[in-house]
Amino acid sequence: MRHIVTINRTSLKDSLKKPGCGECQASCQSACKTSCTVANQECQN
Amino acid sequence: MHSIIHKFRQLGMNIVLDPVSGAIHVIDDLTYELLDLYLDNDFDTIVELLKDKYDESDIKEAYDEIESIRQKGLLYSEDVYKDIDVSRKDSVIKAICLNVAHDCNLRCSYCFASTGDFKGGRKLMPYEVGKKAIDFLIKNSGNRKIVEVDFFGGEPLLNFDVVKKLVDYGREEAKKYGKTIKYTITTNGVLLDEEKATYINENFSNVVLSLDGRKDINDAMRKRIDGSGSYDVIFPKIKNFVLKRGNKEHYIRGTFTAKNLDFSEDVLYLADMGIREISVEPVVEKEDTDYTLKQEHLKEILKEYDKLAEKYVERMEDGRPFSFYHFKISLDNGPCIKKRLQGCGAGFEYAAVTPDGEIYPCHQFVGNESFRLGSVDCGIENKELQEKFMESDIYKREECSKCWARFYCSGGCFANNYNINGDINKPYELSCEMQKKRFECAIAIKAYEMLKENDIYEK
Repeated sequence: MRHIVTINRTSLKDSLKKPGCGECQASCQSACKTSCTVANQECQN
Repeated sequence: MHSIIHKFRQLGMNIVLDPVSGAIHVIDDLTYELLDLYLDNDFDTIVELLKDKYDESDIKEAYDEIESIRQKGLLYSEDVYKDIDVSRKDSVIKAICLNVAHDCNLRCSYCFASTGDFKGGRKLMPYEVGKKAIDFLIKNSGNRKIVEVDFFGGEPLLNFDVVKKLVDYGREEAKKYGKTIKYTITTNGVLLDEEKATYINENFSNVVLSLDGRKDINDAMRKRIDGSGSYDVIFPKIKNFVLKRGNKEHYIRGTFTAKNLDFSEDVLYLADMGIREISVEPVVEKEDTDYTLKQEHLKEILKEYDKLAEKYVERMEDGRPFSFYHFKISLDNGPCIKKRLQGCGAGFEYAAVTPDGEIYPCHQFVGNESFRLGSVDCGIENKELQEKFMESDIYKREECSKCWARFYCSGGCFANNYNINGDINKPYELSCEMQKKRFECAIAIKAYEMLKENDIYEK
């Protein structure tokens, strides 16, 4: 495509198939302690 | 009804994102303008409106490309998550924050913990209480193999012998139950001598060290008990630790306030000092002080993030990269939708324990009696309060359910909401605006890297 470049390959909608295993880290534990950031975490499953 | 998209310009690029699919597209100027007209006009009208500026064939081509990604479910995706049945009732405790010291050797003006004592008197956690807290974590962590203990305060190094004994105890207990405890610590660095630095480096999977940046900025807020600045005491120790730490996880964590709205200078100062892992965050303060961040500061703060993003890529290009915690984002392997509906987990995946063994949903609620969940002796007693935290998610809040950034922030911080608005479910708007800007910067940095990698970046 000449006008649009898509940056990422996966769709969040695909994660509906994931079980929500809960193996991910507690969100505000690691660096901030005053905010909650989820988007920088990796799925552990 | 089509879901919203979000368009913005950052780092010389036009970017559009589709919140529901998470798709991010870099688009040219024509497509950027066309998207303003796309939903409300037919093709002929769009051509009529844009033909003085662009060739008709180009308009047609851009229009078709929009149609194509839309059909692939990567633009204007309908919200398919609103009605999914997510239960958090089977949640387990993943991490605890052990407030091993309700005391501190600094007197920082902005301290949320009332300079360390959480308004409950200065005290240290006895070893026995810490042991029970670890028992509570293991007992309530279900089948989860990896759990976390963060040593926090006040200043945890004031109770370092207990910290070390608890690390040993936790290891033994975890082994018995087939688990691993990852230890983390948050310290102001004042007592970080060589021996402690070596121990912490060897035993802790993440270390957070507090330092605000430039000496005058740090010293204006982070003061010693005698009122003098802390920089000269902490900086050499923190620098020494960072050198020892190498690539193992750590953050130098600062706070910016209304006194340093030019906080990008503090981030860059830390980077210039050889610090590579930096997190500098806005102060949360409701009272009307000379350092409180207010709506009137927002414009300047957002510009400062823009500037920081520019400098961030500039330094990447110059071979002097550093990492800024809030500019990190996982676009391809991020959390699943369940996590994104509520990210925090305070009170049911995460809890804080006081020196007296009382349990609160997180460190920021400690000392507020109405948020006491239970104790290490009796476990969770206030189930009603726990359920209130469990039930909350982005679709329970009008502001969040419409926000383009809802799957990135996942509802944000309960404590900030409560501290500013008196309700864990009422978003703290100023914080939301800053958070959205940080996401834009983070997304743009990823897009920049990707375009550069493929040699197609055009400013």
